[in-house]
Amino acid sequence: MSVDSFKYLPRLIGTYYRMTGGRPELPIPWTPLPQPLSGCKFGLVTSAGLYHRGVEPPFDLAREKQEPTWGDPTYRTIPTDIRQAEVGASHLHINTQDVLSDVNIVLPVDRFRELVADGRVGGLAKYAYSFMGYQGFPPDTTAWQETYGPQIAHKLKAEGANCVLLTPT
Amino acid sequence: MPFWAEKIGVPRTLAVEFPFGHTLGQPHDAAQQRRVIEQALEVLEAEGAPGTIIHSPETWPVSQKEATREWQPEEPSPLVRVMTPHFREMLRERRRGGQA
Repeated sequence: MSVDSFKYLPRLIGTYYRMTGGRPELPIPWTPLPQPLSGCKFGLVTSAGLYHRGVEPPFDLAREKQEPTWGDPTYRTIPTDIRQAEVGASHLHINTQDVLSDVNIVLPVDRFRELVADGRVGGLAKYAYSFMGYQGFPPDTTAWQETYGPQIAHKLKAEGANCVLLTPT
Repeated sequence: MPFWAEKIGVPRTLAVEFPFGHTLGQPHDAAQQRRVIEQALEVLEAEGAPGTIIHSPETWPVSQKEATREWQPEEPSPLVRVMTPHFREMLRERRRGGQA
């Protein structure tokens, strides 16, 4: 099977994306798997616009509404033992109803607890991190690359995580 | 989304043909979520090279038309509201250019 990236995009948006250029900055980073997964501790990072309700604020959607070509580049910290009722989602580009019903569709905290219990992976970091995927138009990921990405990498490493599952949305 | 993984240069990717906002599957379908995660773990375990993209065999159980409608927000995003007329104009120009 070959995955069609544009299958669920409205035709206008899909056509626009196909017209855009861009190649990766080479070389593509590469870290070999350091040990069997049963000994690896996982971090989870998503761009679904999640936040810990009542603890941290949502992403700044008010500013995005004022400035439609701007997207909030900050991130939120989410304990991986979060209860579903504490999951908030602020993202103006997707329908958040399903993630508010089951966070595991983008941040698989329950599935990873099962994988740890089964011994498939060694551990799960105590904190996961969420960005909000819309980074303006045209997209500007400078703050992610220079500030927030390195901060999260540092925090995950400090917790002993050596593998990360990224779930973009 | 292999198109973007390739463009950005992601080290290892499991490409899934799911609607936006549903990276690992449908809500409350733990078995499907678990299968997708297992496929991702296998990409990590495999001998690979930078830029590896493996395509998941998972399929979405809802029609394309319905799924396309369901993942989108009820209100169009601020950008879509602002940009749609520009996109349409760009496409019109492109078509005119193509015919010239």
